[in-house]
Amino acid sequence: MRADLEIIQQWIQPDTRVLDLACGDGELLAHLTAEKGVQGYGLEIDHDNITACIEKGVNVVEQDIDNGLASIRNSSFDTVVMTQALQTMHRPDQIVDEMLRIGKECIVTFPNFAHWRARFYLAFKGRMPVSKFLPYTWYNTPNIHFCTFDDFEKLCVERNIQILDRTVVDHTLRDRWWIKIWPNMLGEIAIYRITR
Amino acid sequence: MDPFAPDNLIESLHMPSAIPADSVGLVTPQTIHFDTPLALACGRVLESYDLVIETYGTLNADASNAVLICHALSGHQHAAGYHSMEDRKPGWWDSAIGPGKPIDTNRFFVLCLNNLGGCHGSTGPTSLNPETGKPYGPDFPIVTVKDWVNSQVRLADHFGIQQWAAIVGGSLGGMQALQWSIDYPERLRDCLVIASAPKLSAQNIAFNEVARQAISKDPQFHQGHYYEQQVVPKTGLALARMVGHITYLSDDGMREKFGREMRAGKLSFDFNPQFEVESYLQYQGERFSTAFDANTYLLMTKALDYFDPASDYDHDLVAALSHARCRFLVVAFTTDWRFSPERSRELVDALVAAGKQVSYAEIDSAHGHDAFLIPSPRYMELFAAYMDRVALGISTAPQQKENADAR
Repeated sequence: MRADLEIIQQWIQPDTRVLDLACGDGELLAHLTAEKGVQGYGLEIDHDNITACIEKGVNVVEQDIDNGLASIRNSSFDTVVMTQALQTMHRPDQIVDEMLRIGKECIVTFPNFAHWRARFYLAFKGRMPVSKFLPYTWYNTPNIHFCTFDDFEKLCVERNIQILDRTVVDHTLRDRWWIKIWPNMLGEIAIYRITR
Repeated sequence: MDPFAPDNLIESLHMPSAIPADSVGLVTPQTIHFDTPLALACGRVLESYDLVIETYGTLNADASNAVLICHALSGHQHAAGYHSMEDRKPGWWDSAIGPGKPIDTNRFFVLCLNNLGGCHGSTGPTSLNPETGKPYGPDFPIVTVKDWVNSQVRLADHFGIQQWAAIVGGSLGGMQALQWSIDYPERLRDCLVIASAPKLSAQNIAFNEVARQAISKDPQFHQGHYYEQQVVPKTGLALARMVGHITYLSDDGMREKFGREMRAGKLSFDFNPQFEVESYLQYQGERFSTAFDANTYLLMTKALDYFDPASDYDHDLVAALSHARCRFLVVAFTTDWRFSPERSRELVDALVAAGKQVSYAEIDSAHGHDAFLIPSPRYMELFAAYMDRVALGISTAPQQKENADAR
């Protein structure tokens, strides 16, 4: 399993209801269903991913998260997860609000735009950072709302969102001891567990 | 929908000299007689009745591989294969049923019936009323989706099918599948609801009423007793079909297919059909009016209008669906405005709220409501992937009993 999903699955309690926003090919939900008996649903718009979910027996609903989650009832899920998609949303702040409305707890992961490599790229090349991990150029990137860990935590303070856990990992999605020295400089992806 | 689906939307299949390898081949319908009285929602009782069915594939020893296909408004039991080598077209859902197709007859035993009230062999308005010795005509009881499901349960019992591997239906067929999941939760493992809705909208009912008015106002209708007069309300039935047909197609699909093409290439300044779309609709109406029964059409549209499973549960769809035990696949098509994707979403949202296993896909198609009968790569791939999961529930007991009905 992808290393970040391995970290996330440890934060999810057995026999709970989980909604995975932009669930991809359903890897996390398939694991949680088999190993923890969760009742899981994924939202996804990519056709191949939807078929992949169905092949795995994962509940998947074709829905564009950018159109909102109004059809889902308040507090109807124990955990709402969104991995690596926050920065692709038209209004990440509104999505986080919606996640906290329908879920008792939320787990979000996103890339850190203040990672030293991105800072170096922008500072010395004067161009928008392109890397193996984020291979897009500015005009075709789906990542339209990059932020830094500090930006996200400021949003949490402003919106009265409580951060329960935070793990910061490198681009291989692994937890490294040295990242803790200066996460906003050294960490590439953060995994937050939040509630309100 | 629809055995009379437009030739030019579904690729016309001219009967080849040999049956295609992925066809179920030559099939013969079979009539099953039931003597146990069936109490209907309207309060009346059918003392005995016939259901005509077709089956494809082989029922396994513990009857765990059975799939029920429920037909839509003008459908019938002939879902796949050919009745003779002279048939120009195969059954109405041949694209989805057969060896190697999504509903793979190499592993599933598939059963499709003509519903009560139908005009293709099951007891309906054209059948003789045992009390009068004359055709029922308009006296045939108004049957509902719930009644149909109850009659289908008897059919399952007849074949010793305790639990369907899946019940599959499009449009009105999807409504039957949904009703099964609520009324007989233990008797199906998977429910596929395609291009359907949890109930009709006012607009849906309005279109049905136009169709009914067209039929009942036809001078040849004789209050439904047209059989005795040896006439058929052809004009009314054709009109009903034409208005129905418009709702099966999409604006885009019609533009693509007909545009403003004219048969003569120029305006004729009279009221004869001159645009292609006019002659197409007239042809469809004409063909339908000689092949379908007007009283059956009235009954089927009423069954649609009355369908509302939530009404038994204080109009709470979530409460209704909380009884279901099966998994669900819900599929809608982008340009379907008869039962639009939003209507499928109502169902999906209620299933999620009820904590049921459900997947939902919205397929891009220009074919409107008809899209559910038209194979497109993504639709067929998704359908097949889901049926693969359904097949996991089939017991792998080695010995198989020869299905008496597939002869």
